[in-house]
Amino acid sequence: METILKVIGVETYLYLSALLFSIGVFGILLRRNAIIMFMSIEIMLNAVNLMLVAFSTFHQDASGQVFVFFSMAVAAAEVAVGLAILVSIFRNHGSIDIDKLKNLKG
Amino acid sequence: MAEILFYILASVTLGTALLTILSRNPIHSAIYLVICFFSIAGHYLLLNAQFLAIVHIIVYSGAIMILMLFTIMLMNLNKEDESHKSIASQIAATIAFCLVGIVLLAGLLRTKPVVESYFQSGEDFQSIKKLGEVLLGEYMVPFEFASVLLLVAMIGAVLISKKDKQKEA
Repeated sequence: METILKVIGVETYLYLSALLFSIGVFGILLRRNAIIMFMSIEIMLNAVNLMLVAFSTFHQDASGQVFVFFSMAVAAAEVAVGLAILVSIFRNHGSIDIDKLKNLKG
Repeated sequence: MAEILFYILASVTLGTALLTILSRNPIHSAIYLVICFFSIAGHYLLLNAQFLAIVHIIVYSGAIMILMLFTIMLMNLNKEDESHKSIASQIAATIAFCLVGIVLLAGLLRTKPVVESYFQSGEDFQSIKKLGEVLLGEYMVPFEFASVLLLVAMIGAVLISKKDKQKEA
């Protein structure tokens, strides 16, 4: 089977994950719904994971993929705690619109 | 063949990621994000990282998205009642997106990194066996710490989302 990196090169993966990362940044900046912002964070994490896997294949080194496992574990922990915080915010405020969370604003 | 597959997968990934951000209904966003994750798993398969692809589907498309969907339904957000940001900040967000994209792409295009041509040694480096050896050999300590992290995150999530009893009384 022909290998993908031989056909299109590792640079194409660089560009793809750069675009995916900036889409994630766009989501963070554009939306006010906290859950959508969480999804944008997931998109950014996945862009970086994709890059790690591409370079792991490029250098034929398993360490990159092991690093992706750790990053997935951290992402899972982050989502669990983050959604718990969102649920608790929703209980106290009745919405998760982040523009309404300005109790600490002076 | 592989090239066509890559470009199809890449367009699906970018398109659904954009739709995730732009669709008004959070449920639709979640569904688009699932498709995006599946296409990323497809990328992993193209890179011949089968185990990682399966783990990615299980963790992201399975666990994380179910968690998000349940939270959306718990908060009864499945309607399109989100108030929009002001036009000024929307334009600012779009400009910032374009700038970030341009800077990242230009940085990667113009710096011309020294990328030696891909050489396949035929050596096995990403089978489950090899990955397990690396994970439990070289990266043993981080692996243990990851398990502690997951335990702490689980306890923290339960504690945070628990109802405050003193407040109710």
